[in-house]
Amino acid sequence: MSGKHIADDSLQPESFEFSAESEAKITTILAKYPEPRKASAVMPLLDLAQRQHDNWIPMAAIDVIAARLGMARIRVLEVATFYTMYNLEPVGAWYLQACTTTPCWLRGSNEMMRAIKDTLGLDNHQRTEDGRFTLLEVECLGACCNAPILQVNDDFYEDLDYDSTVSLIESLKKGEAPSVGSVKGRQGSMSKDGPTSLVSLKDKDGVPAWFQDQAASVGGDD
Amino acid sequence: MPKLTVDGVEVEVPAGSTLLQACEAAGAEVPRFCYHDRLSIAGNCRMCLVEVEKAPKPVASCAFPAGDGQVVHTKSELARKAQKGTMEFLLINHPLDCPICDQGGECDLQDQAMGYGYHSTRYTENKRAVADKHMGPLVKTIMTRCIHCTRCVRFSTEIAGVTDMGMLNRGENAEITTYLEKALDSELSANVIDLCPVGALTSKPYAFVARPWELKKTETVDVMDAVGSNIRVDARGSEVLRVLPRLHEDINEEWISDKTRYACDGLKRQRLDRPYVRGADGKLKPASWDQAFATIASNVKEVSGKQMAAIAGDMVDAESMFALKSLMTALGSPNTDCRQDGTKLQAGARAGYIFNTTIAGIERADALLIVGSNPRWEAALVNARIRKTWMRKPIKIGVVGERLDLTYDYDYLGAGPQTLAEIASGEHAFTQVLKDAKAPMLIVGQGALSRADGEAVLATCQAIAEQTGMVYDESRTETPGEDGAEPTVTVTPAWNGFNVLHTAAARVAGLDLGFVPGEGGKDVEAILKAAKSGGVKFLYLLAADEIEAKAFPNCFVVYQGHHGDIGAQAADVVLPGAAYTEKDGLYVNTEGRVQLGVGAAFPPGEARADWKILRALSNVLGQTLPYDTLEDLRMALNKAHPVFTGLDVTESADWSAFVEMSLTDGKMDDTVPFASPIENFYMTDPISRSSATMAACTEDFVVPKRKAAAS
Repeated sequence: MSGKHIADDSLQPESFEFSAESEAKITTILAKYPEPRKASAVMPLLDLAQRQHDNWIPMAAIDVIAARLGMARIRVLEVATFYTMYNLEPVGAWYLQACTTTPCWLRGSNEMMRAIKDTLGLDNHQRTEDGRFTLLEVECLGACCNAPILQVNDDFYEDLDYDSTVSLIESLKKGEAPSVGSVKGRQGSMSKDGPTSLVSLKDKDGVPAWFQDQAASVGGDD
Repeated sequence: MPKLTVDGVEVEVPAGSTLLQACEAAGAEVPRFCYHDRLSIAGNCRMCLVEVEKAPKPVASCAFPAGDGQVVHTKSELARKAQKGTMEFLLINHPLDCPICDQGGECDLQDQAMGYGYHSTRYTENKRAVADKHMGPLVKTIMTRCIHCTRCVRFSTEIAGVTDMGMLNRGENAEITTYLEKALDSELSANVIDLCPVGALTSKPYAFVARPWELKKTETVDVMDAVGSNIRVDARGSEVLRVLPRLHEDINEEWISDKTRYACDGLKRQRLDRPYVRGADGKLKPASWDQAFATIASNVKEVSGKQMAAIAGDMVDAESMFALKSLMTALGSPNTDCRQDGTKLQAGARAGYIFNTTIAGIERADALLIVGSNPRWEAALVNARIRKTWMRKPIKIGVVGERLDLTYDYDYLGAGPQTLAEIASGEHAFTQVLKDAKAPMLIVGQGALSRADGEAVLATCQAIAEQTGMVYDESRTETPGEDGAEPTVTVTPAWNGFNVLHTAAARVAGLDLGFVPGEGGKDVEAILKAAKSGGVKFLYLLAADEIEAKAFPNCFVVYQGHHGDIGAQAADVVLPGAAYTEKDGLYVNTEGRVQLGVGAAFPPGEARADWKILRALSNVLGQTLPYDTLEDLRMALNKAHPVFTGLDVTESADWSAFVEMSLTDGKMDDTVPFASPIENFYMTDPISRSSATMAACTEDFVVPKRKAAAS
């Protein structure tokens, strides 16, 4: 691992301006903070800049945000380099963030990583030669129940193994994003064999089965 | 006032103190890296862990408030173990390159690892490596050594007021850097070298030059500006290798400007190490002291006292000026002046030419008017004190003069005399701000006073001080107590908010001892004019390099000084004197504080201490000065001017004498705006003009700005 790489000067745009759409959002964001504390808006503004600018933040945007919030430029850059979710150099249109933290690793994230390596030839922090894919290993994405997880741009693909990762990437290569969530078709974090509890909410008499059981045991004590 | 027990010693500390301060008050030594008295608390090095009874785990004492009844152990087994553990963590990524590190021998990490670390490492994995950062011509970086205490970041943000340093990335990848690796553009930037507790930021010009234990350390004062910063000069043999700050709470705290610190390499270049006499072909030729004196004596013989003149330079010690003044008086010449820049300040009423508030006194002010001065360049430490005040409490600052980045916010009132006149007449809104303030102050710079209408500017500033109540004596107000209680007495100490900011270290001493034109005497401008026209036939320049001195065909010029600068080029005889690090002498700073400078090395070659040269010359001229030692000379100086008696004290000057002084009621010239006399902070005197380091700074910091301004 090394610190975040900032894009070379040749890649940096000369200037940056928030779009009208972003400006509208900025107004809402800034309204949340009292004027002397407007520096608090630095993180949402960095996010807006990144979304507006092909998923990476140019240095020109750092200057714009610093001026906007009355902060020193270095303070904005500190925030931008601290958080992994901000990109300071161009990334692929398909930005893959693979979780390799313990639960995902236990559930086979190594296989997922191998599939990415085999299909795209990518190791951590790398971008494909055609520039379409970037891979970043990240820490816990907070969906351990459906491990392992691959985040593609803003969406989670869950329950991946080698084959499903390969087919996911193949469809991404074609420019198609399959439906998000569990690739095994699970609903939420439901058991893979279907529901095991609360299978039916009501029995024939309109009373829940679990309530009947409880009532019976209470009745038995009498 | 919480009372607590530290290592069995009971102490009472002021409310709001930290545990670390309480430990220090109890005499317990607590190791630390990130904590610094004058910076905000970061609490990120974790070295200051101590045990507090009833606390579940060791406590970082620098960031923990001292509370009543706490029982603290700094040397218990738990505390020791915690400190040792922290040290082990800090050393995980710190390279073992002490033998090639410039910080070696004066390194906090090295010292504390001896006191609070394990004897050897248990860590066998690879250490991390960090790319070095470019931080300009003064600060050398070896970032692998950095332990991320962030003292440098806090210093540049809080004290220097230049927010360009920061810590990028996080965890193991954290790196200290400047924004886009630009050099820190501050006059105080090199103080981060002293602050760095390890060898990550070291001195670039001093890299691999010497080890601290090889150096002879001399405590003296600085003469690069009129602040009189307390410094320590480290020399090896006759070579001054570096200058470091010395603690003086009332002047420079523990900082010094970059010029003070780094102009010392100018002491090795362009030096005058032997006398020179101008030959018949118009070229200066090396000569012996006897030849030089004989040449002067033969040229002085036919000149009457009225046709003689002397100008004293900006870095001269008081004793030499006093000796020269005595010699000129003995020769019958009233033409003496120490005001090379032509400032219209007058000797006599001391309150009219010193920084009455004192530098530490700035912290009491709640309104400030800066007139024709760029304190950031004229007196960097005064500016740092203004910033400190501005950071800590509400203070309204107004500027008349150039619109510059002074590292604090101010109201820009106007460019020149017109605005000043409006403030004086009460038409300007800022007059009311000054009137409403409890402790209003005014700083007038040499840029406003060295103009042709300088005396009128001074009179206007005096009027503003008078009208807005800037000067008052101690007052007591009694509030009757309720229900027969004792009345409460509030004492407001005396205040004088009128301040003249000097740029020359010798100026206040020169005015104090009356190195100004006597009865019917000529000032600098008149002397130079007369030297050109033939009215002055003998001109003595005592290290005077800031004047327009070209060779005067009809005037015999003697230059006594340490550098072959502007003055020496005009001279017919050059006498080699000593620089401030090579002689003992008294200097008076802008506050009127007399301080003793101590020689750290010998002058080069045949150069001599300046008072000795003057004493020897007086003998040749038949007007032998009545002192054979520096002590005798000081006795005579003290007798003639008792103000030099007290060392390192500031006495309040008599304001009424200044008010009664007759100043011109002439008009100020509205057409010319005020401008600071300093065009380049890094080159203001013969020493800094000869310094390669200062030239590099000029190239890096000043030239780009000039180019930008020109285009």
